[in-house]
Amino acid sequence: MTEIIKTDAVIVGAGPCGLFAVFELGLLDIKAHVIDILDKVGGQCAELYPEKPIYDIPGLPVVTGQGLTDQLMEQIKPFDAEFHLSEMVESLERLPDGSFRLGTNADKIFECKVVIIAAGGGSFQPKKPPISNVDVYEGQSVFYAVRKMDAFKDKTVLIAGGGDSALDWTLNLAPVAKRVTLLHRRDDFRAAPDSVNKMRALVAEGKIDLVIGQVTELKGPDGKLEAAAVKLNNGSADEIACDALLPFFGLTMKLGPLAEWGLNLNENLIPVDTEKFETSEPGIYAIGDINTYPGKLKLILSGFHEAALMSQAAARRINPDRRIVFQYTTSSTNLQKKLGVA
Amino acid sequence: MPSITFIDSEGTPRTVEAVNGSTVMEAALQNAIPEVEAECGGACSCATCHVYVDEAWTEKVGGPSPMEEDMLDFAFEVRPESRLSCQIKVSDALNGLVVRTPARQG
Ligand SMILES: Cc1cc2nc3c(=O)[nH]c(=O)nc-3n(C[C@H](O)[C@H](O)[C@H](O)COP(=O)(O)OP(=O)(O)OC[C@H]3O[C@@H](n4cnc5c(N)ncnc54)[C@H](O)[C@@H]3O)c2cc1C
Ligand code: FES
Repeated sequence: MTEIIKTDAVIVGAGPCGLFAVFELGLLDIKAHVIDILDKVGGQCAELYPEKPIYDIPGLPVVTGQGLTDQLMEQIKPFDAEFHLSEMVESLERLPDGSFRLGTNADKIFECKVVIIAAGGGSFQPKKPPISNVDVYEGQSVFYAVRKMDAFKDKTVLIAGGGDSALDWTLNLAPVAKRVTLLHRRDDFRAAPDSVNKMRALVAEGKIDLVIGQVTELKGPDGKLEAAAVKLNNGSADEIACDALLPFFGLTMKLGPLAEWGLNLNENLIPVDTEKFETSEPGIYAIGDINTYPGKLKLILSGFHEAALMSQAAARRINPDRRIVFQYTTSSTNLQKKLGVA
Repeated sequence: MPSITFIDSEGTPRTVEAVNGSTVMEAALQNAIPEVEAECGGACSCATCHVYVDEAWTEKVGGPSPMEEDMLDFAFEVRPESRLSCQIKVSDALNGLVVRTPARQG
């Protein structure tokens, strides 16, 4: 059954800007839910460069992408935001009373007064192999994620890739599927050594197959996969019989569903004003890498500033009658109570 | 300044000037070369700056580091002459370098 969650604000995207928005909204008593398609928080910082140093966060001479994410999570803890990870926000519509309804691919419905789009460079989505006819097979025989292992019970499964996802699913599906073949472009694996050892043991026992090469073409009528043509590393061609292909080639950022939400877009960015960071739709705000305005810099620090100003506007929209008093966290007992330090 | 020629997947060559010490990826971006995306901005963590080094140049350019080799797993149609262009440093020794770009970065 579809779950309906009612809240003040929904933040689309758990990158650094979405996370800091929890803080700024929280100081103004606005409760937020945060949704991200990644299985972790931190957006680009956590997904693309967790170990790399950032040098231009004010007050932090050097911090890694993951370090900044961890610090932000610590900072926003008092506000108890609820996170919905591994979930894509698919739809956004305005209700007759001016509030909003969002739907995710996990069948959750959110009803809220304001929406903050902090979608960065778009949603992280699996990379698609450049096989000419792959679209035809997607959803029917080609899958970029495993939702139910049972779906592969009597299937001959081909798994492509050499990272943790490829190895984990090889190990998990080996006892379930009829047969599993792991296909990788080289006989060297980036995945955790323990998984690699387990995989090699299964190959040695004859329980799974390991092929070194790359897929070139998919075969089978009407999206029903029958075989994958592969190019082996010695240059020769081969064919692997299979009725499901699971390609694991990492993630890439794609604008994704938000293109369909009726917002004005300018070259895949959302134009906003620089007072409220509001989109063409009143009550929907956009902060961080996803927005654009004259002079915009795609920097984390700019996103933080945007979060602060956006929150003032969101608070006025949610409680039009309440006067917002400007306060410092250093000296306001009221703010310190909210932060749990007074 | 060394020059680099990018040949796209349809065979169109584009020759650009590159700054010593910068990377081949940066030269591509600065000159709006199509088919190089460089989503991660050169952090060797996205594999969307994949190029094929022309045969005449593979030796001079050298092979990928282990970290780059790991990242190449996320690229498609990887060949022995595949490199991530953000990991190739431009120098006078590479003046005239020719690389080909794949039709898709993923
Ligand atoms: C290698 C590299 C180095 C960088 N170095 C610096 C630096 O030194 N200093 C600096 O200031 N900036 C740096 N940046 C840029 C910085 O990372 C970005 O400005 C910042 O991450 C933007 O934050 P954000 O919250 O706007 O979006 P992102 O970090 O892009 O997060 C957006 C999130 O939204 C999610 N999302 C989008 N659409 C949906 C949807 N429909 N449903 C569910 N989830 C969705 C995405 O999955 C993603 O996790 C660097 C970037 C890279 C790649
Ligand atoms: S730009 Fe991302 S790996 Fe080269």
